[in-house]
Amino acid sequence: MKDQLLQYTLRLGDNALILGQRLGEWCGHGPILEQDIALTNIALDQLGQARLLMQYAAEQKGEGYTEDKMAFFRDVTEYHNCLMVELKNGDWGRTIARQFLFDTYNYFFYTALLSSADERLKDIAQKAIKEITYHAQWSAEWLIRLGDGTEESHRRVQESLNDLWEWTGEMFMMDEVDKAMLEAGIGVDLNRIKEQWDQKVSQIIEMATLTKPEDGWMQSGGKQGEHSEYLGYVLAEMQHLPRMHPEAEW
Amino acid sequence: MDKVWNILKNVSDPEIPVLTVVDMGVVRDVEEQDGKLTVSITPTYSGCPAMNEIESNIRWALEEAGYNEVEVKTLISPPWTTDWMTEEGKQKLQEYGIAPPEGSSADKSVLFGEAKKVMCPRCKSRNTKMISQFGSTACKALYQCEDCKEPFDYFKCL
Repeated sequence: MKDQLLQYTLRLGDNALILGQRLGEWCGHGPILEQDIALTNIALDQLGQARLLMQYAAEQKGEGYTEDKMAFFRDVTEYHNCLMVELKNGDWGRTIARQFLFDTYNYFFYTALLSSADERLKDIAQKAIKEITYHAQWSAEWLIRLGDGTEESHRRVQESLNDLWEWTGEMFMMDEVDKAMLEAGIGVDLNRIKEQWDQKVSQIIEMATLTKPEDGWMQSGGKQGEHSEYLGYVLAEMQHLPRMHPEAEW
Repeated sequence: MDKVWNILKNVSDPEIPVLTVVDMGVVRDVEEQDGKLTVSITPTYSGCPAMNEIESNIRWALEEAGYNEVEVKTLISPPWTTDWMTEEGKQKLQEYGIAPPEGSSADKSVLFGEAKKVMCPRCKSRNTKMISQFGSTACKALYQCEDCKEPFDYFKCL
């Protein structure tokens, strides 16, 4: 139970940290200044949420762990984020498509987490949901803008949705950790989140004049520590400085 | 304790220097026990990069006033809301050129994608449009006035 709560906390924290790191890559490269700023704002929120979760995970772990040690001194197989957040950003359309699929999931997930029996996760959820609500609105608006935009933007964002679809299933797969946490009243029922997500995603995709891809075979493994080749590169960039100078302080 | 609050009322917010940390509602509590002062603060946004600076500024201001044992604690619950911003703070924002948060944070219209008709802090027109939900800091959105054409920041409800 203790290990499961730690892993559950890390899954949430790693989703936030890795997506925040990926979005940070857009800094200075956004299509227009306002959206460059919007995306880095969202990245910052993700990092803020990651910190709250890493602090909690470090306290659970004990043994002198800190939030920094959690973030910078775990290797690929010790990361528990779902695979979709570690994928390459691709073009603006693909980044928006991923953000929309993830933000919508995150919105329903954290809304459900507001009634967690774990006080700390509940507190974090109360803080995070306010930010996530803005993210979810922003990415849904952009999906509509691109889908219902030019022929080219429509084509690109549709292709992105098609490519990303096989990475969405993992978010809703319940393994032993998810089941134990649900049983304890701490975690969230992912089957229910899936229903809410399906409904919202279908609605926005329709507004965007796009076509919802069919559910097929789904990728999985990230939550359990089996990652795509991309995560190693993300971690290398994120971790190399603290690993080179482990005791460095600002 | 009033004396401590008065000192804190002079500590400005590093991102929006026209406001103090008390105007912002960032200081939640002050306690004194056995000569030791504990100040509880809360971040506006979880990734707010100003938190460390706010903490040091509070510490310095209190040390300067002779309080040598100061602990600054960060709380996240209950989560910060724009409802905690003082009326005086909202007034100062307006004069500074940032539209203050309108209405209550309980307003969920953000979920349904309806942009608020915010009042332009310069010409007071409500004929304004949202340019971006995210502005120069996480707590602000970018607007433009359709009448005087000036772009401005709106401190969004949270």
